[in-house]
Amino acid sequence: MFKWISQTIAVTLLSIRTIPKRASSSAVAMAGIAGVVIVFIAVLSIGEGFKAAMTEAGSPSRAIVLRAGADSEMSSGLSGPETDLIKQAPGVLLDSNHPVASAELFVIIDRNKITTGTAANVPLRGIESTAMQVRDEVKLTEGRMFQFGTNEAIVGRSALGQFAGLDLNSEIKSGQLTLKIVGVFDAKGSAAESELWADTKLIQNVYRRGNSYQSVLVKLDSPASFDTFKNALTTNPQLNVQVKKETEYYAAQSETMTALIKGIGYTIAFLMGMGAVFGAILTMNTAVSARTREIATLRALGFNTISVLISVLGESMALAALGGLAGGLLGFFAFNGYQTSTMNFQTFSQIAFAFRVTPSLLTQGLTYALIMGFIGGVFPAIRAARLPIPSALREL
Amino acid sequence: MKYFSLIWRSLLRRKTRTAFTLLMIFIAFILYGFLMTVRGAFTQGVEVASAERLIMTHKVSLLQLLPISYEQQIRTTPGVTAATHSTWFGGTYQNNANQFAVMAVDPTPFMAMFPEFKLTAAERQAWLADRQGIIVGRDTATRYKWKVGDRVPIQATIWQPKQGDTWFFNVSGIYDGDKNTDKTTFYFRYDYLDENRRGAYGQVGWYTIKIADPNRSAEIGSSIDAQFANSAAETKTSPEKAFMQGFANQIGNIGLIMVAIVSVVLLLLLLNVANQMGQSVRERTSEIGVLKTLGFSNPLILVLLLSESAFLAILGGGAGLGLVWLGVQSGGFNNSFLPVFIFGTHDLLVGIALCLSLGLLAGIFPATSAMRLRITDALRRN
Repeated sequence: MFKWISQTIAVTLLSIRTIPKRASSSAVAMAGIAGVVIVFIAVLSIGEGFKAAMTEAGSPSRAIVLRAGADSEMSSGLSGPETDLIKQAPGVLLDSNHPVASAELFVIIDRNKITTGTAANVPLRGIESTAMQVRDEVKLTEGRMFQFGTNEAIVGRSALGQFAGLDLNSEIKSGQLTLKIVGVFDAKGSAAESELWADTKLIQNVYRRGNSYQSVLVKLDSPASFDTFKNALTTNPQLNVQVKKETEYYAAQSETMTALIKGIGYTIAFLMGMGAVFGAILTMNTAVSARTREIATLRALGFNTISVLISVLGESMALAALGGLAGGLLGFFAFNGYQTSTMNFQTFSQIAFAFRVTPSLLTQGLTYALIMGFIGGVFPAIRAARLPIPSALREL
Repeated sequence: MKYFSLIWRSLLRRKTRTAFTLLMIFIAFILYGFLMTVRGAFTQGVEVASAERLIMTHKVSLLQLLPISYEQQIRTTPGVTAATHSTWFGGTYQNNANQFAVMAVDPTPFMAMFPEFKLTAAERQAWLADRQGIIVGRDTATRYKWKVGDRVPIQATIWQPKQGDTWFFNVSGIYDGDKNTDKTTFYFRYDYLDENRRGAYGQVGWYTIKIADPNRSAEIGSSIDAQFANSAAETKTSPEKAFMQGFANQIGNIGLIMVAIVSVVLLLLLLNVANQMGQSVRERTSEIGVLKTLGFSNPLILVLLLSESAFLAILGGGAGLGLVWLGVQSGGFNNSFLPVFIFGTHDLLVGIALCLSLGLLAGIFPATSAMRLRITDALRRN
């Protein structure tokens, strides 16, 4: 047993040490696999980034209330008295007897996207003074919080980077609305960072919404109170609303886009992977042909067929691993953290996010590289192991 | 052509190598076709936009509503030949949101404005006669097995009906169109929407405006916008193509991403094919020496080797492009998000040009080195 293993190791090391002799063809196979891994990581990191921006926007200790039937804040509508009933429901966290809940409006204003120079639907959220208490992860990084009752606004860090004219202390005009940006906030890269926030009463006036809102975001006294809160609202005959955990609400919104990106990404990776496997087969076939005599000599000296087989497979997988690692590292440095924005079709508004090369993506990429190396190596390896010794020794 | 059998023989010299090189080229061009089709699907609206049409939206955003009273004013603006409005309805069917777009329109001017939606005379009559009538694209009708006369319930999302929360419609017609036309949309009558919704009466989503002279679109656009300046609902009018491009830009630069991936794929393919050609020429060094001894001129050797790689590229690439073309023809990829999947003639031609360049580029280095080879050296090597 030990002899068998040492034989295998010896032959495999021999194959790997001779790789430089076949440098150009090995490099091509490696580049092929690296290319597949780069593209795989690049495309799927878009999906990961989008999903992260959406799912991290939600907290399990918050619930969002919309009108029944509405599929997002955009299509929802709640009257002022309804929002009061919602805030008074059991399960809402109280701070010196005031509910920690914010009735909000969600509208769109046109701003130019910096990268394209064409108009994009930038979300503008009207919030109540409790909103910052409800979303306790939001921190102001520059400037100050806006004054309620004025036309001041604060802007999310990602929105600032993606859309033109939202800088601190600048004024933006949109129809009859003029907003003065007085602060920049950070929401840990989540969807909220793509938004502008201003006083909900101001938005009601300018957009002629009367005393109406689109959603109520509440902080629960504990995640476990969700059911109590939900039952209280859905059984109340004065209300016709739906209640969702904030995490579920955002997860549902990211589904269409994430599924689309995954579908396209996996198709591309699969097709490219097939091409790379064919490339690897060619390279390993050339390697086996070039070493026909050497392999036959080893076999004649008494090295067993399995060691020869494993050595060829080992060489192919070593090339694949190197290619995969190179691709993974390049993909990580080139794409991780790249800021961009796209349309969230559920709310018809822009969402800014960063590409995210997660450890799981890197592992998937490397595993995929090894699978390509294995499939690319297995047929040439069988061929090498089956070489008829006498005729192979005679080959030039 | 008399050298064809020589080229063919050389390719059959190493069958495995030729087969796998062909397969690699085949896969790469399937990818090219797939990525270009996806790119086309994202910019489909831009391709079919008409130069004679303008889109007018609320200045603040596409989602803000405009008064229906604007229609008359637009129609009387000099240079305008027609105007009609559309309103986004949203809605869910069988509990799934966004399976197809649902919009409210005014049937008579709508059918005049969009001749690309083909309906029979009987279907037009039926739609005009039924307040709850709808017309729907062939793709959506086929998907849900709807026939003319069927009753279709749609759950409200934005617009709640006066009673309950479901709107009921009757299929009056199923529209067709050429391969560029979006055949997934569900159009119903605005008069039914306005009478049965709970508020926002007399408000519409956006206007489509037809002008006589496309060269004057910028001028007419600003004169329309000027009429509504300083009103409660200011407007922004842009050519349909610019509007569609702006909308596509909102999703992101899909075109750039697709072209970047195609470039990586083709570059890797070029490396691989060039490597294989180089290998094949090296193995044949002495054969090439013999050919030269027999009197084959240097340029002929170059042409023969280049034809060999070009032939491989055209064979593999052509098969890949053909497969994508057939796949897209058979359809079934489209959904509400990407309603039109076509593999455009332009992309097909570019693909063929790419095949040919790939073949020539991959062959050029081995072929020139073979051409420069001296007979004595070639024959001495092995």
